[in-house]
Amino acid sequence: MRRRHFLTISASTIGGALVYSLDRKASRLAAEDKTLRIPLRFFDETEALIVAAAASRIFPSDDSGPGAKEAGVVIYIDRQLAGPYGHDARRYTQGPWEEGPPDLGYQGKATPREIYREGLSKLSGFDRREPAKQDEILKQMEPYLFFSLLRRHTIEGMFCDPIHGGNANMIGWQLVGFPGPQMSYHDDVDKHFGVAFRPKPVSLPEGHPSEDEK
Amino acid sequence: MKALPAVDVVIVGGGWTGLLMAKELGSRTPLSVVVLERGGPRQIADYLDDMDELDYAVRHRMMQDYSLETVTFRHSEGERALPIRQLGSFLPGTGVGGAGEHWAGVCDRALPDCFEVFSKTAEKYGAKSLPADISIQDWGVTYDELEPYYTRAEMMIGLSGKAGNLRGRQIEGGNIFEGWRSTEYPTPPTKIPYFSTLFQDGAKSLGYHPYPSPAATPSIPFTNPDGVSRPGCTYCGFCERYGCMIGAKAQPTTVLLPVIKRHKNVSIRTEAQVRRIEHGGNRESGRARGVTYVDASGEQVFQPADLVILASWTFNNTRLLLLSGVGEPYNPATGKGNVGRNLTHQVSLSAVTLFFEKPLNHFMGSGASGVFISDFNGDLFDHRGLGFLRGGTFQGPSHGVGPIENFGRVPEPVEAKWGADWKKAALHYYDRTGQIAFQGEHLAYKGNYMDLDPTYKDHWGDPLLRLTLDWRENERRMVGFATEKAVEIGRAMGAKEVTPFPGLGHYDTRRYQSTHVQGGTIMGTSPDRSVVNPYLQSWQLSNLFILGGSTFPENPATRPTLTILALTLRTADSIVQRYLKRPAPLA
Repeated sequence: MRRRHFLTISASTIGGALVYSLDRKASRLAAEDKTLRIPLRFFDETEALIVAAAASRIFPSDDSGPGAKEAGVVIYIDRQLAGPYGHDARRYTQGPWEEGPPDLGYQGKATPREIYREGLSKLSGFDRREPAKQDEILKQMEPYLFFSLLRRHTIEGMFCDPIHGGNANMIGWQLVGFPGPQMSYHDDVDKHFGVAFRPKPVSLPEGHPSEDEK
Repeated sequence: MKALPAVDVVIVGGGWTGLLMAKELGSRTPLSVVVLERGGPRQIADYLDDMDELDYAVRHRMMQDYSLETVTFRHSEGERALPIRQLGSFLPGTGVGGAGEHWAGVCDRALPDCFEVFSKTAEKYGAKSLPADISIQDWGVTYDELEPYYTRAEMMIGLSGKAGNLRGRQIEGGNIFEGWRSTEYPTPPTKIPYFSTLFQDGAKSLGYHPYPSPAATPSIPFTNPDGVSRPGCTYCGFCERYGCMIGAKAQPTTVLLPVIKRHKNVSIRTEAQVRRIEHGGNRESGRARGVTYVDASGEQVFQPADLVILASWTFNNTRLLLLSGVGEPYNPATGKGNVGRNLTHQVSLSAVTLFFEKPLNHFMGSGASGVFISDFNGDLFDHRGLGFLRGGTFQGPSHGVGPIENFGRVPEPVEAKWGADWKKAALHYYDRTGQIAFQGEHLAYKGNYMDLDPTYKDHWGDPLLRLTLDWRENERRMVGFATEKAVEIGRAMGAKEVTPFPGLGHYDTRRYQSTHVQGGTIMGTSPDRSVVNPYLQSWQLSNLFILGGSTFPENPATRPTLTILALTLRTADSIVQRYLKRPAPLA
């Protein structure tokens, strides 16, 4: 059995956020607590800090609004890699394995978990670098699959339903004005032309069944 | 192997066509009908809480599990095919209802001349105008013959829309280019969201003829002739790639299952993976004896039946014939054989991405809501000097945009794809971005076909289906033409920045296009040139019928489902009114 790892983060970054623990029970984090210890399911703490730092360069927290840090993107990615997606549960994984032209899609054997482990092994100390240096390193990684996964997963972690561990407090949805799952826009769909219509976001209920746990 | 007691009818596949045939035979005859579905059971209640973009739209929760079964792909004969390892350019369904559960619901009739595409094109432009390796032929059924079945299918699903051609009388506001219709749509058009009104106005200003999308999400509550009632659409935005949480969208579970459940002579067996059609034997050459399948426990089961209906979508319809030795496999070198011939995939793309100044509120909408123009479909415009044949439809869709799939588009002046500048621009443009969709006709070519892969196997050890498919100059030029038109419309809509589609190179298995993949068991008037006759009855085994897009000899630009449903209803009538009275070849 793997040793338990925790990501320790400052409560002020996601003060009051809902964070989903191992058994998918939501716990509201009190802002008074100085730090949070979030149990990790795939990453160890070193890896989680690197992923968090990289996601924060891809989707930074700045003048234009909160980013990957506040949304808890690293927690989302940790949960996804621990689940069926991380294990390629629904990919065709029979051989022979051959290289092909890019338009035949990814033909590699490595699962998302393996791609992350390999990619992260080359980023040791990344989280302690200056932002400009971090950007330089990420720029060099751009052509590689690991980076494109990291970028895609950062967007997913920003905008997924909070039941998946990202988009804490629906912070991503608030950024783009997405109201989440709503029963009906029947009376609004042909109104508000050219004017922002922003219903208060809602998310799926706690305990909602998801693919993450299979 | 376990052999079960014989039934009258076995249907392979529990999607639109299989369940429609089950409903027709179950309610109109006393025959015992068994539907074998490879996936799990489904009911409307499953969708009450499915509004989760990650699980459904991104991770494809409802689609075929590629770990069990996929297809291999190559662009041309000389190449080695590799498996498509993850869902990409098409999204086959699985489970009860099949892809009919998670479709968008745009539901239109094919243009009348599509059914006679070879004759009409040769007549107008001369046979020499056809590309060298073209493989098109007439369908063996005409629009006029199909019209009553189109009407029945529309009534069944409560289609929303506005007629543009009532018995030859053109009606403003509808699609004036459509084939004649005997009746108005069952329900009025769905509401038109903001982005689609911009498309409507832009298209009109250029002299085109916009009309509201024909939608399988009715605009108002509707009760169909089977007595099935459904509510009107609420435009919640969780539509394509989802099941409808309120049962408004026409899906096999919402319009067919409630009727099937009334009839005790129909049963549906789920997790039944059909591997062979059994045929021949001492007494019965020229007849299918039933099918063998693997059940949920892994046991091999033989289900004998008097009538076998293949309704397992394009890929498995074709693969089951090839695996079972029914018909002669197509050989592109000699042109002999028909099974696997005329593989087509509709030319489908976002022709232009548009960036606006004002917010669009584009989270509201339904899979089918929007506005179309058909001015450049089929042969409605003169192709002389254009360098391509046929055409397609343009849509200004409002299908309800989710942020995971759509965040990050920025106009070309923004070069960054991540980081602060990108984030700022992407946040600004997120709800100011729209796309004009183009769907074009895909003609059949001699070199585009399906056969069995020599190397790769499915979970049960059977060879995967191999696709050999690539675009030709006809499609590339058509897309170039369509992209120019879309850019003009986009500018007329008031877009500040436009990003045109970069052009069609080789077929790309990664870019989602549509799930409109057709051919392989095509229909026709001669056994030399087709697998099934115009009643979708196998030329070789007269008690085998094959339903679905696999019977399309080529791929019209309109969406295939309504034509598939109409052809299925026509076959159901032929079975009930003719075949059951005298089980023999119908053509």
